[in-house]
Amino acid sequence: MDRASSTVELDDRLDRVGYDVGLRMLELLSYRERVMRRKPEVLDMLRFIHSTAWPHMFGKAADDLQQAAAAEDEYMISDYDLLANRFISVPKSYGAFNPGALVAGVVRGMLDGAGFPARVSAHYVEHRDRPKPITTILIKFEPTVMQRQAHIENLKKG
Amino acid sequence: RCLGCRCKGGVAMASTLTFVIVGQNDQPVYEVDLTGPKEQQAQYLHQFVLHAALDAVDEAMWITKELHLKAVDRFNNLMVTAFVTPGCARFLLLHDGRNDDAIKSFFTDVYDLYLKIMLNPLHTPTSRITNREFDRKVRLLAKRALG
Repeated sequence: MDRASSTVELDDRLDRVGYDVGLRMLELLSYRERVMRRKPEVLDMLRFIHSTAWPHMFGKAADDLQQAAAAEDEYMISDYDLLANRFISVPKSYGAFNPGALVAGVVRGMLDGAGFPARVSAHYVEHRDRPKPITTILIKFEPTVMQRQAHIENLKKG
Repeated sequence: RCLGCRCKGGVAMASTLTFVIVGQNDQPVYEVDLTGPKEQQAQYLHQFVLHAALDAVDEAMWITKELHLKAVDRFNNLMVTAFVTPGCARFLLLHDGRNDDAIKSFFTDVYDLYLKIMLNPLHTPTSRITNREFDRKVRLLAKRALG
C-alpha cells in the first residue's frame, strides 16, 4: 500500500483501473459476438457479465447471479474462488478490504458504459459448502436505472 | 448534387450531410460536415437539430436491441438517422433523405474505426477524437457510401 494513504483510497484506485477496462471490454466483447446487439435491459446486461465477460476474464462463467431478496435494485454476482483474490493474503490491518475491488471496477465500467450506473463493490461471504469465503460482487443500481426500467415496462404494456 | 429538393432552374442547392459522434455527458466527441463549408445560419440550425434529436435517440435506444435505429427525428426536410453502440456511443447523421441501407453500412464501418479509437487506453470517454487518420477514413467512407 505504498501509494494509497488508506484502504478506501486503495479501493478507489483499483476500482478506477477496473472501470477503464470494463468500458473497453463491454464494447469489444459485444463487437465479437456472433450477432451484434445491445443490451437495453438490466437482466440481459447482468447475464452478459455472468456468461460472456467472466469466461473472457477467468475462463469460466461466474458461479452465481442473484437478485437481492430485500431490494429490487440490488444484484449479486458470485465467484467461489475469484482469481484476483486467490493468491493475495490481506493483512488484518486492512480490515474489510477486498482485492476483488478491481473486478468490481470492471463490472462497474461495463454497467456504466451500457447505461446502467451502479455502485459496485466486492465482499467476502462465508459459504457453508466452501472451505474459503466466496467473493460476491454486489451491484446496487442508481434510481435512474430502475425508473427507466419501469418506464419501459409501462411502454411495452401500454 | 441536388437530392429531391426543389431547385428552380437547375441552380445547385447545398445538400446536407453532417455526422456527429456523441459520447457520455451528451457531448460530441467527433463531428464532420461532409458537404463542405456552409453559412453560419445553417451551421447553427444543424447543430440544434442534431442536439434536439438526442432526446429521440434516448427514447428509441431503450426499446430495441438493434444498433442501427434508422430515422429517429425530422425537422422540415432534414432527417436524423442514428446508430448506438453497445457502449452507448451515439452516431448521428443529419441528412436530407439518403438511402437507409447506405447509411447503415456507413455507420457499421465507422463503428469499426471508433472501436479502435476507444480501445486505446489513453483515450478517455469524454475526450474528442482528434486522430487525423480517423477523420480521413471517416470522410472516405462517407464519400463511398453516401456520395
